[in-house]
Amino acid sequence: MNPIISIDNLCKTYDTGFEALKSVSLDIKEGEILALLGPNGAGKTTLISAICGIVSPSSGTVTVSGKDIIKDFRQTRELIGLVPQELTIGAFETVWSTVNFSRGLFGCKRDEAYLEQLLKDLSLFDKKNDELRALSGGMKRRVLIAKALSHEPKILFLDEPTAGVDVELRKDMWAIVRKLRASGVTIILTTHYIEEAEEIADRVGIINNGELLLVEEKDHLMASLGMKQLILELNEVITSIPELLAEFNLELSENGSSVTYTYDTTEGGANIADVIHAISEAGLVFNDLKISQSSLEDIFVDLVKGAA
Amino acid sequence: MNFRAIKVIYANEMMRFWQTFFQSLASPVISTALYFIVFGAAIGSSIDKIEGVSYGLFIVPGLTMLSILTHSISNASFGIFFPKFTGTIYEILSAPISFYEALLGYVGAAASKSLILATVILFTASFFVELQIAHPVWMVSFLVLTCITFSLFGFIIGLWAGNFEKLQVVPLLIITPLVFLGGSFYSISMLPEFWQKVTLFNPVLYLVSGFRWSFFEVSDVSVGTSLMMILVFLSVCLAVVAWMFKTGYRLKQ
Repeated sequence: MNPIISIDNLCKTYDTGFEALKSVSLDIKEGEILALLGPNGAGKTTLISAICGIVSPSSGTVTVSGKDIIKDFRQTRELIGLVPQELTIGAFETVWSTVNFSRGLFGCKRDEAYLEQLLKDLSLFDKKNDELRALSGGMKRRVLIAKALSHEPKILFLDEPTAGVDVELRKDMWAIVRKLRASGVTIILTTHYIEEAEEIADRVGIINNGELLLVEEKDHLMASLGMKQLILELNEVITSIPELLAEFNLELSENGSSVTYTYDTTEGGANIADVIHAISEAGLVFNDLKISQSSLEDIFVDLVKGAA
Repeated sequence: MNFRAIKVIYANEMMRFWQTFFQSLASPVISTALYFIVFGAAIGSSIDKIEGVSYGLFIVPGLTMLSILTHSISNASFGIFFPKFTGTIYEILSAPISFYEALLGYVGAAASKSLILATVILFTASFFVELQIAHPVWMVSFLVLTCITFSLFGFIIGLWAGNFEKLQVVPLLIITPLVFLGGSFYSISMLPEFWQKVTLFNPVLYLVSGFRWSFFEVSDVSVGTSLMMILVFLSVCLAVVAWMFKTGYRLKQ
């Protein structure tokens, strides 16, 4: 199947000389949810801004549904909806007028029935006549999604959709994304939360310093990224791990005051209870425990090292 | 051509005007009335007729120009500056419209507001003086051309301005002095010869002169020169806008 978006050697250097994108190539499949994962300043927003027409690429090409985003900008932009990262929204317009404005901007005929349903789906219908300035942050984000979907796009870009939103709204967002995907919309979202990518993406692209380090099926990637550590602080210093605990491959700290158990969350769930039980059986007493997960930064370091 | 996009940008800009309808109209009505009371009745009564036109009547075109120049610039500059400032410009940039279509929406709305304003000012003036318009078609033509040209100029300022202060600098420090010194409230023939020549470098003189001619057939410079100058200024503004759009100046990195 032809990709719906094809990015070929896309580069962007800003006037300041900052290289935001370094020869990025990526094919996005129709109907998939692709999560672009990366820390702040990695180039995620520049990448989607270039595809949407907000930033001019320095070199390289992007086609959307086979059309060039510069030569055929009208056809490509008609297919795309964009939800920006910041809550960039007016103040004095009503929800209803702003979604109508967005629809008109994309050259679509007024369609009250569609927009009413859209607002209902996003739990915004009862706010229809409210001014935008009166809405909460979460509601404003929903309005941004409604504006992006007002012209019935085939592709939706969500730039950090859940940055700074509460857990409930985050779950709502994920439900909305899944529903959109089910209706055939291709979704590209940027995030710096691994959990988010894990929850909803089909594929994950990792971007750092303007380079796309890899693009993998989520399940494959998570298998290599989902490592966690259980650290137990012992009551007494020991010099070696007891034989009884050999099967768990525990690591003893240099000063012998703690042991670390590393496990993979994706392999049917590591049985931490078994480990703790075995440690007690071995006669070790612990006074504290903590669980840590590799940070995104650690993962990047590993990935870069792996690529080198 | 994405006509629907032009229409919604235009309607959205006009909506702001209608939302503050009273404020938008009360201000020019009050200031026009004040000018007539001060210049027309109080001071004007002791000023001789200028080229056969009473002073109160003589200042009508200049007063109208003063308002439409400043309002065209401030409306158009604010119209494009505000989305840039708040970030909502992303929506315009990512929509299937060309910069020129967006320009039509923004400048069309700013020019429309100025035309409404000019109508209100002339209507208010008619309560103070017996308004006469010798060449109505030319009067409307000068008015429309001026509204469009200065709305374009305002659009350029709105794109250029990086903050609210810059947005105010040009209308306050350049346009207002040029209007006052461009023969809005006097004929340049009343000035010493040296200052008459200096005034010829003031572009506003040509706008006011041509506009005044359409009312009373009285002008400081020939009507052809006035028309040519406004077309030159319009062309310069269009050329600057074309360059800004080509380079994405302050719009697109």
